[in-house]
Amino acid sequence: MVRRVFLSPLTMLGLFIVVMIVILAIFAPWIAPNDPLQVNLGQKLLPPSSEHLFGTDEVGRDILSRIIFGTRISLKIGFLVVIIAFPIGTILGAIAGYAGGAVDQVIMRITDIFLSFPGIILSMSIAAALGPSIENVLLALAVTWWPWYTRIVRSSVLSIKNSEFVESARALGASPIRILIKEIIPNTIGPASIQASLDLGFVILSAAGLSFIGLGAQPPSPEWGAMLSSSREILRDAWWSATFPGIAILLTVLGFNLLGDGLRDLLDPKNR
Amino acid sequence: MDALRYIIKRILLMIPILFGISVLTFFISNTIPGDPARLAAGPHADAKIIEELQEKMGLNDPLYVQYGRYMKNLVQGDLGTSNYSHQPVMEDIKQYFPATLELTLFSMFITILIGIPLGVISASKKDKLADQFARVMALIGVAMPAFWLGIIFLLFFYLQLGILPGSGRLDTGLAPPESITGMYTIDALLTGNWAVFNSAIIHLILPGITQAAVTIGMITRMTRSSMLEVLNSDYIRTAFAKGGSQNRVLYGHALRNGMMPILTLLGMTFGHSLGGSVLVESVFSWPGLGRYAVNAITYLDFPAVMAVTILIAVLFITVNLLIDILYQVVDPRLNYD
Repeated sequence: MVRRVFLSPLTMLGLFIVVMIVILAIFAPWIAPNDPLQVNLGQKLLPPSSEHLFGTDEVGRDILSRIIFGTRISLKIGFLVVIIAFPIGTILGAIAGYAGGAVDQVIMRITDIFLSFPGIILSMSIAAALGPSIENVLLALAVTWWPWYTRIVRSSVLSIKNSEFVESARALGASPIRILIKEIIPNTIGPASIQASLDLGFVILSAAGLSFIGLGAQPPSPEWGAMLSSSREILRDAWWSATFPGIAILLTVLGFNLLGDGLRDLLDPKNR
Repeated sequence: MDALRYIIKRILLMIPILFGISVLTFFISNTIPGDPARLAAGPHADAKIIEELQEKMGLNDPLYVQYGRYMKNLVQGDLGTSNYSHQPVMEDIKQYFPATLELTLFSMFITILIGIPLGVISASKKDKLADQFARVMALIGVAMPAFWLGIIFLLFFYLQLGILPGSGRLDTGLAPPESITGMYTIDALLTGNWAVFNSAIIHLILPGITQAAVTIGMITRMTRSSMLEVLNSDYIRTAFAKGGSQNRVLYGHALRNGMMPILTLLGMTFGHSLGGSVLVESVFSWPGLGRYAVNAITYLDFPAVMAVTILIAVLFITVNLLIDILYQVVDPRLNYD
């Protein structure tokens, strides 16, 4: 199994990008050449040079340093959204699949309602209702994301709930809750967790989008979407202010997608 | 007959979903921290005015009464009054919606025009250079922040080269065509107004391609995998064995049969494009629903945000319903359960 990961160059590329981003996030204060918030009006709108590799923005902040610190915000949002949405979705999906009947109907109709909104629109209205901040964007994205896990887990539960090991646990007198926790959930979590790893990239992309329209991180936070948003004012004078934060988003999302794709191929027997 | 019964059943099944959408949006509206009356009255209003407004807006009624009123208004097409423009939100939406629809349809058109052939080529040349190229493009497309791509396009084609316009729907100085559908390209065609048609098309190019960049990636991937499945089947081998030309077999036989999953994805793509309009319209100052919603967020105009949310959700499920019905009707192998 391990060898297969090394065989796929795209998966390796994804892994490499993700590891680099995690390293940048952890060691940001030591790697970044400047303070990401340090205003220096004497140095504003400088093009890329050996001193400022990615140039400076409209108040003279070093864009490279801001992008490096931005990895912290994006990773935090990506992981926290999945950490909140994943257990909620998994538990509801397991209950729906295992209980069946009216419980199943109710849970699945609720997920249908959430999925009948294009994701970004639902998160946008929730974040707008709660007010602009990173925490609210996080919450809004989690509320939008859980139904996907519910669907996946439910269908895996349906496929195993009549299998022999579940039957025998039932025959031994295990309670439904015990069966869910001990037998069902551990055996259905695989596909859902692959989905979660694929989702990290899209969560980060959505969060950047929400910050871009003014809902997420607020200035002067070095969040990539917010940086892109303010770069529009100075586009004519400073192409670099718009170019580099976007590349950062693209690479991060691409890295997580490649890694997620690779994991899915690895764990899905159909692709072997 | 079965098909008709299926269609009716599907339409009836939409009712609980619509009900759910209204409950969810009502719930979101009620979580606004801070008082809607205070927001509507503005920052400098005194306590007495706010109290009157609270009473007038029915904010002191029990929640179920408020929901009943909300629902009644929704059904009558009353989406509330904008806190910013002070006119009914429905009026605003009528004005902005055609621009969004035009942009979405245009980007879907580009998506189909490029994405499907790219997927077919990719599948027919599996693991060859063309396939690798198409797959990498699709991967990048899916990971692409459309709002950034839009800015880069602006930078290059508008600011640097100056060959394409960067904002709005028409050149300044041109009057919009007589409104029939509200979509400038179609209205200009219908009235034979070529100057406006040209200008409208040219203005659609950058936002349309920006919007399509992401969906092209999705459609290419889907077409590729769907085609790969079909290409392995016996009748395709037979068609090739009988001496059918490459293009004829690929597009005439294989694509027709591999079309079903692509069709479903097109429905999702439509929703994706509608959602993406929030970002892309902001970049290109495209006067549609997305930009309207984003401006509304800036002005804390909450009724407007919710109206756009509801409208897009309803549109999204309607399109998916139509595609589902189409799917069932064109494929006689499927039964109607």
